[in-house]
Amino acid sequence: MSVSVIDHEAMTSPVEPPSASATASPATIPLSIEDVTVAYHRRPVLWNIDYQAPHSKLIAIVGPNGSGKTTLIKAILDLVPRAAGRVQIFGEEYRTQRHRVGYVPQRTSVDWDFPVSALDVVAMGLYRQIGWLRPVTRKHRESAKQALDRVGMMDFASRQISQLSGGQQQRVFLARALVQNADLYFMDEPFAGVDAATERAIVDLLRSLREAGKTVIVVHHDLQTVHEYFDEVVLLNMRLIAAGPTGDVFTTENLRKTYGGKLALLDQLSEKMARPRSL
Amino acid sequence: MSFDSVLGAVDSIWELLLRAITLRDYNTRIVLGGTTLLGISSGLVGTFLVLRKRALAADVVSHSALPGIAIAFLVAERLAPGSGRSSGILLLGAFVSSLLGMGMTMCIRRWTRIKDDAALAIVLGLFFGLGMALFTVVQRTKTGNAAGLQHFIFGKAASIVAADVWLIADVSAVVTLLCCGLFKEFSLLCFDEEFAAARGYRTLLLDGMLTLMAVTVTLIGLQSVGLLLVVALLLIPPTAARFWTHHLKSMAVLAAAIGGLSCAIGVLLSAAFPRLAAGAVIVLSGSLLFVISLIFGRSRGLWPRWQSQREFEQRIGRSDLLRACFEYLEPLFNVAEINAGKLQSVKIPATRLLQMGRWPESHFQRLTSSAQKSGLLQPSHDGWQLTTDGAVEAMHVTRQHRLWEIYLLTQTDLDPRLVDRGADGIEHVLDAEQLAHLESLLSTESGSGIPPSPHLIAGAANSHGP
Repeated sequence: MSVSVIDHEAMTSPVEPPSASATASPATIPLSIEDVTVAYHRRPVLWNIDYQAPHSKLIAIVGPNGSGKTTLIKAILDLVPRAAGRVQIFGEEYRTQRHRVGYVPQRTSVDWDFPVSALDVVAMGLYRQIGWLRPVTRKHRESAKQALDRVGMMDFASRQISQLSGGQQQRVFLARALVQNADLYFMDEPFAGVDAATERAIVDLLRSLREAGKTVIVVHHDLQTVHEYFDEVVLLNMRLIAAGPTGDVFTTENLRKTYGGKLALLDQLSEKMARPRSL
Repeated sequence: MSFDSVLGAVDSIWELLLRAITLRDYNTRIVLGGTTLLGISSGLVGTFLVLRKRALAADVVSHSALPGIAIAFLVAERLAPGSGRSSGILLLGAFVSSLLGMGMTMCIRRWTRIKDDAALAIVLGLFFGLGMALFTVVQRTKTGNAAGLQHFIFGKAASIVAADVWLIADVSAVVTLLCCGLFKEFSLLCFDEEFAAARGYRTLLLDGMLTLMAVTVTLIGLQSVGLLLVVALLLIPPTAARFWTHHLKSMAVLAAAIGGLSCAIGVLLSAAFPRLAAGAVIVLSGSLLFVISLIFGRSRGLWPRWQSQREFEQRIGRSDLLRACFEYLEPLFNVAEINAGKLQSVKIPATRLLQMGRWPESHFQRLTSSAQKSGLLQPSHDGWQLTTDGAVEAMHVTRQHRLWEIYLLTQTDLDPRLVDRGADGIEHVLDAEQLAHLESLLSTESGSGIPPSPHLIAGAANSHGP
């Protein structure tokens, strides 16, 4: 696996589209982004992003606030329009590959006071598969229960969702994506504001997904855990700063490029990284 | 007023009421059937509107119908004098201008940075203002005064005729079928629009259908309830239903029932007392059902919530009291004595107990007397003594509390001085299963099964020796 660190100077010259490398045919590449640019009200938030996600890896998207992490995921999933560029999922348009893609939005993006149970929310992951005008049957509820079980939430299946803790709500969201049995997952900050038990449960889940040959792309905020949790990192700050295996890419130098002048944060981080982890 | 005349009045009121309730009038039956159906369908549509947080949109729909009604009347009168009063033509006008109003708010929402509420208010003001201006023009026409257009503002259920009932019934049937058939899709749209879009649902289409249903129901409601109050018919039933249930399906069914019921009550009352405006009575009966739900609703009503809160506080208060008893007695005995049931043999001075718990005096009195009533404490002069049950309960409560404290101390890096207050709040939330888990985490070393308190106990250990 080669490391693709994109130089700022190099960005001005036309970037070569990442060649579908000799080793992998397009259909086996879970995600391929070519030259994607996204703009809100004519203000670009993502510039010329190029990236190819490797198969069966846990991938973190890391960057400061407002660096376009969430926007990148939404642009991939056609939730925000792209000003330019091309996205391919397993070598095809996303439109035709929806069933192979699971999406976990930010937990805070919905109103948890909604009158449904945890099981109902998980079943929503199946609605598309169930189809128009057809009811949710026992079979669907069974698979929803299994998904809840995988995130350790079986006991809360009939609990109204506002009565769940933040971490439990996050796990319900994960289960809703799991029930689809997709091959590629996008998760927007699944670790935000969750308790230690949930964090551990999510990490275990991510690893079991990788074991099963799935690719998981996670927007991640906690720089300290990147090394421990993820195989691959995408450093983002409106442009792609660097992407590749964590060991090669997640360097102080690259972080400095990503986080710019926020030195205090970096110093704090390097100090913390130097200290042995206490658990 | 003589007794006889009062009796006579009561009699005639009863007669009217009976006449209305037994549906002897063909007209009452028609109106009742039509408005009840209207109530049912508006309860259903309203459920999704409320959950989509588009409650105010219904207000915009009804208000922006006004210019459409006026223009339809004027155009029809110009083309074929006398045809302006046909409710079909008026409704068509209302429909077009309501759609325009909704379309305008949607455009403002999508393409400008104006906030939702402001967008709604702007469109509402614009259309209603335009409508009122046009109405003065209508009133100046020869037939305008008699056209009964003001029914659309204040509503008149009694003006419903058989043809209208068929229209209402058709619309209600379509709306009900759509709501049932697309229940999954609408609920997903309301809960998590983005996820729906990512899964490939055309959210704009679904949203459009929902809006269209809201517009249709609002418009057929205009005639009976009036545009000022029709929004209440859409919003009150689902909001009332939410107090009774946490399940979307039961909420929708209940909202439909409440909507239908309030319409039926309203129509019957206004049939019995013809001077009462039906629209107002319908909305008032809905409001009454709302207030009942607000107070008694099983899931979120004020009364059940207050009760469970009180129960919870009593439970916490009792546990704190028993733990204070145990912690006072603890230094006096060794483990074997505690296990042998020595706890209940010693009197605890009330003043010491009070110090340990830091309760206000009056609260302390309430706590002790309720514990006495439950057979956990018994008075002995100037103090209290644990009963056998009380001793068992006190040991249990203390053990639970300390397990939790230790858990917090070992599992998270909390300042030990903060732990006690935190544990006071949260130990009562632990259930048996979590407790078993905790126990397996922290197999305790002490023989009594009660781990020692990890901090100094205020008012106890250091101030009295054996």
